[in-house]
Amino acid sequence: MSPTLVPLADAAETVDYAATTFLIVCASFVLLMTIPGLALFYGGLTRAKSILNMMMMSFGAAGVVGIVYVLWGYSMSFGTQDVAGIIANPFEKFGLAGTDGIVNPFGYEGYGNIPELAFVGFQMTFAIITVALISGAVADRIKFSTWLVFAPLWVTLAYFPIAHMVWGGGLLGGGETSLSGLVFGSTDGEANVAPIDFAGGTVVHINAGMAALVLALVVGTRVGFGKVPMRPHNVPLVMIGAGLLWFGWFGFNAGSELAADETAALVWVNTTVATCAAMLGWLVVEKIRDGHATSVGAASGVVAGLVAITPACGSLSPVGSIVLGLVAGGLAALAVGLKYKFGYDDSLDVVGVHLVAGLWGTVGAGLLATEGGLFYGGGFEQTAVQILVAIAALLVSGVVTLVIALALKATMGWRIPEDVEVSGIDQTEHAESAYELTARGGRIGGASGTAGARAPEETHDLEGAKG
Amino acid sequence: MKLVTAIIKPHQLDEVKEALEAFGIQGMTISEAQGYGRQRGHSEVYRGAEYTVDFVPKTRLEVLVDDMDSSSVLDVILKAAQTGRIGDGKVWVTPVEDIARVRTGERGVEAI
Repeated sequence: MSPTLVPLADAAETVDYAATTFLIVCASFVLLMTIPGLALFYGGLTRAKSILNMMMMSFGAAGVVGIVYVLWGYSMSFGTQDVAGIIANPFEKFGLAGTDGIVNPFGYEGYGNIPELAFVGFQMTFAIITVALISGAVADRIKFSTWLVFAPLWVTLAYFPIAHMVWGGGLLGGGETSLSGLVFGSTDGEANVAPIDFAGGTVVHINAGMAALVLALVVGTRVGFGKVPMRPHNVPLVMIGAGLLWFGWFGFNAGSELAADETAALVWVNTTVATCAAMLGWLVVEKIRDGHATSVGAASGVVAGLVAITPACGSLSPVGSIVLGLVAGGLAALAVGLKYKFGYDDSLDVVGVHLVAGLWGTVGAGLLATEGGLFYGGGFEQTAVQILVAIAALLVSGVVTLVIALALKATMGWRIPEDVEVSGIDQTEHAESAYELTARGGRIGGASGTAGARAPEETHDLEGAKG
Repeated sequence: MKLVTAIIKPHQLDEVKEALEAFGIQGMTISEAQGYGRQRGHSEVYRGAEYTVDFVPKTRLEVLVDDMDSSSVLDVILKAAQTGRIGDGKVWVTPVEDIARVRTGERGVEAI
């Protein structure tokens, strides 16, 4: 991802249609990752009584974050009026003012002119999935209303600043005044050792993973956590979701090149092999530790691999990507057990998968980068920068999330009543149930505003309801 | 009149049904059930966390029969449901006081 978008002064310049098509299609892929990919992945992992609430947290995040992104999110992330390297002025491009032109992420290399709005759309889908990822940590037990207030607050105070810091020319980028520029010096306005985060290891995965950990701690454990079985209720949905995530991730990673060029092709291959290796890495750990290679393990390994290769995919060789993926799958498989050891209820393992694999991918990029990587004779500097950036992202995300989570706890409250949680959040928060398998009859009407409110006095048995 | 109830392995249902039809039984009712006996449950592993599943899926089959058929029907089910492995289930016979066919109102043996 190239952080600086160069506006084109010359009106004669036209868009690069190949790059523009590529970017719009990739943006659509990334939206598919959240809806329905992540919604299905998470939904299948919950219990049957709370799948709808789980899926609704992804849908709800999309609804809120999409609007916020257009209003002030894009301006805060990629605006030109930088404030202390932390955010950009939210009012500069408020409501996408002045974004109807053509920009070039490559600084006039003869290709890659794209409408700024294509870039806006692409980046919007990243903000959406990052918020949706967090929801896995708080399955089954939080008020939907509190979630819908958390989403815009968190994306505004944590995501947009970190996106600006990493991609918008801020503190965690590769500029003269960035953290790495200050530590390792800079030449001609560019840091000597620029951090590597091609598609969002820090911005998306470390950020969401850390937020998930903090939120799980503030919200508390589910009723019966560690005592009653909470096994995934629909494993095929988990695998469909993982498959859609994998597919959509091509838009996420290859799309981050912002043009259909040789780097995008390398990224596609790296994304695929790292994911293959991570799936196998997870399964090997499971086979040795538990005696079986499981379906949920394969699906989780896929996601861990995709997370790990995200920051590194533009800097590694395909063979280096295999190594990165293999380690990612194994590490994440070991990390998902930590929550039982430490007693935090990160329900669907956002920490074990996204935070751990995201940290490894960010640090691993420093080790395995073909240019400047430690294992390629580049010395320790790149890895040091990667660690520095990862720690900074952890701190910002952790502190901001803690403040928001505690504020909401003191005001709206996070938890639904305990008896409601036990009987199932779907029925009380959404007045629905996911599965109707018993055909147990019932009658129309009751709630206001439904057709039944005007129905004749006699009640009808639903036709065919009685077997 | 007797009610023969059998708890069998779900995948033995077709064999039992065919054997009962061959014997001349006209109808039966089945339901999905869960339970355990000497077989106990089994364990499953999700992301490294092991869960013990106590109740194993079973099929519950119910047939109403005339007094004189009950012992033979029990034998038919026994033979068809048997795999010889643990968890094959149980069959039992209970007396039935009265039966009515809802459509016609026939009572007793006529309603079987």
